[in-house]
Amino acid sequence: MTDQRSQAEIVRQSLKRRYRKERRFRAYGILAIAIALGALLTLFTDIIGKGYTGFLKTTITMEVQLDGEMMYLDDPKDERQIKMADFVEPLVQALIKEVPGATEEDRKQIRELINPYASVALRDALKANPEWLDTSRTMTFLSHTDVDVYVKHAGDDAYSIKLNDQQKAWVDELQERGVIETSFNDVFFSGGDSRDPSKAGILGAIVGSLLTMFVTLILSFPIGVAAAIYLEEFAPQNKFTDFIEVNINNLAAVPSIIFGLLGLAVFINLFGMPRSVPVVGGLVLTLMTLPTIIISSRAAIKSVPPSIREAAEGIGASKMQVVLHHVLPLAMPGMLTGSIIGMAQALGETAPLLLIGMVAFIVDVPDGFFDSATVLPVQVFLWAGSPELAFIERASAAIMVLLAFLISMNALAIWMRKRLERRW
Amino acid sequence: MNSVNTTIASEVTQPDEVAVPVQESKPAETIIEEGKTVGKPFSDDPKFKLRDVEVFYGDAPAIKKISLDIGRNEVIAFIGPSGCGKSTFLRCLNRMNDSIDICRVKGSLQLDDHDIYDPKRDVVELRARVGMVFQKPNPFPKSIYDNVAYGPRIHGLANRKSDLDEIVENSLRKAGLWEEVKDRLDANATGMSGGQQQRLCIARAIAVSPEVVLMDEPCSALDPIATAKVEELIAELSESYTIVIVTHSMQQAARVSHRTAYFHLGHLVEVNETNKVFTSPEHELTESYITGRFG
Repeated sequence: MTDQRSQAEIVRQSLKRRYRKERRFRAYGILAIAIALGALLTLFTDIIGKGYTGFLKTTITMEVQLDGEMMYLDDPKDERQIKMADFVEPLVQALIKEVPGATEEDRKQIRELINPYASVALRDALKANPEWLDTSRTMTFLSHTDVDVYVKHAGDDAYSIKLNDQQKAWVDELQERGVIETSFNDVFFSGGDSRDPSKAGILGAIVGSLLTMFVTLILSFPIGVAAAIYLEEFAPQNKFTDFIEVNINNLAAVPSIIFGLLGLAVFINLFGMPRSVPVVGGLVLTLMTLPTIIISSRAAIKSVPPSIREAAEGIGASKMQVVLHHVLPLAMPGMLTGSIIGMAQALGETAPLLLIGMVAFIVDVPDGFFDSATVLPVQVFLWAGSPELAFIERASAAIMVLLAFLISMNALAIWMRKRLERRW
Repeated sequence: MNSVNTTIASEVTQPDEVAVPVQESKPAETIIEEGKTVGKPFSDDPKFKLRDVEVFYGDAPAIKKISLDIGRNEVIAFIGPSGCGKSTFLRCLNRMNDSIDICRVKGSLQLDDHDIYDPKRDVVELRARVGMVFQKPNPFPKSIYDNVAYGPRIHGLANRKSDLDEIVENSLRKAGLWEEVKDRLDANATGMSGGQQQRLCIARAIAVSPEVVLMDEPCSALDPIATAKVEELIAELSESYTIVIVTHSMQQAARVSHRTAYFHLGHLVEVNETNKVFTSPEHELTESYITGRFG
């Protein structure tokens, strides 16, 4: 009896120790997650805090007199006249009228409040609506970037305000009267890159990214899945396939910039493909993504229970039928998840694309696979390196757009896995 | 077959009678003669004619020179302790071992006088004739209908939907499953109970009208009621099919089979009519196995 009691005592003692250990272990886990969440939270608050202003634009709304005489224009349909005409003057005159106490003497300072591209916008509007000539219209134009920065970041020391005191007073006044307003920055989503931060947009980069991703997807998914199926189902087990396997695993760990060098050497220098185009970008990213897709697809194929294979073989399905009818459908969710994660990786990739020239300054939205383009992460890289702080907030906004893409792709991967997963 | 059952029971209850001839001290290897099988391994008009079959995993022999005939419309049970090679031997009959790279089969295996392991032989055709039911129920994660229709579809046995419907219904009826599932043929097969799943697997195997059905411990994952149903089914199927069944349950072998083969360490020790094997085994190893001395 005494023996038993002491044994129970020992067990109780050890139990206490075990529970302590368990609690400690759980605390470490919670701590690790808390650190990760904290880091994530810091990242997001920093980016969003710095970047949300990138989604805002500053505009000037005013009554513009489209006086033909003032613009040296009497027929807006005449191309030559339109080219020669003065579209700055009506804007300056309109703003002078809006600013209390401003005279002809202040025209240089007044002019600095209006965006340099506003006259182009006015020209295009008049070209589209020739009947507007010699009428008076209420129109909205982008403000100058300096005004934009002042309106958004007046109290922020990080930003240097380039307006003089007179101009600042005017802007304050105009803002109060609702002439200068901030609104959602649709320009950011409808245009390509620009030298002028107010005019710069990410549509070009988004389209470039989509074109590049499309090339990557249609190449890497079929090739990756086919390679995985061959290696897993048909390839003989020998030194050669072992060698291939080792190499695939190694490729997955190769720094992405090496793939950029490869793309530069092979696709551009050897095959003579053009620089900066989505096709070459897609090819390079395909090389980079393939190992990821092959490895995850092989894992998905391996996870198909052998009993399903045996069942199909047992009723006389050929190897091909077993693979196509049973293994592939069951492995598909895993393959898709792996591919989407690989694609998300490729979407965020910058380094290899720098080497094949997708870092060029491209204003136009690309309209094809062979048109010069840039991609989202490279656009971020370009803007983040710019000395102008107005570009930095746009870089942050672009990062948010990129993150939104990545998060939705990962969410899609999770949803697909949940949706397609079958139980056996 | 009921009589067999009762005789065994009476045998088993008299251990003192059977205990005497067994020499416990003698290791099993020394009392087995390679390639020698006691009882009646051969028949006049065999479905399978198997001679000197040897199977190796790498260099290790798993089956050592087994010769056996399996008759037409016969139910033969393979029994023996774990690892004795009965499953391996069964899987040779429709070349399911092909997918194991290191597995080599030697000897002559003939189905209706045609060599099973002829390199020119199409394994797909062989498996359409020799169906298989596995230890664990393994329905495809598809609908009940698609499970049964899969075989006929890939072999092109039905050209019209109505033909296919008929095959599915007949197979499910033969498997005794029709009444239970006729209203939910579109339901996923993985949602069925274990016993239903196994009967579905049998229905799937017989849907392609095989001549032989191989069963590898078909009831080992089932409860007694489901087991009873599957056994009933085997008895019915034996009218039109040759059935080879591997089982760990001697009662089951006694209930369903006409002949019983006892395997030991890769040797086929004894083959005989089932009631003979269980009432008066000729070999001492068989005797000690069925009386529960080892295995």
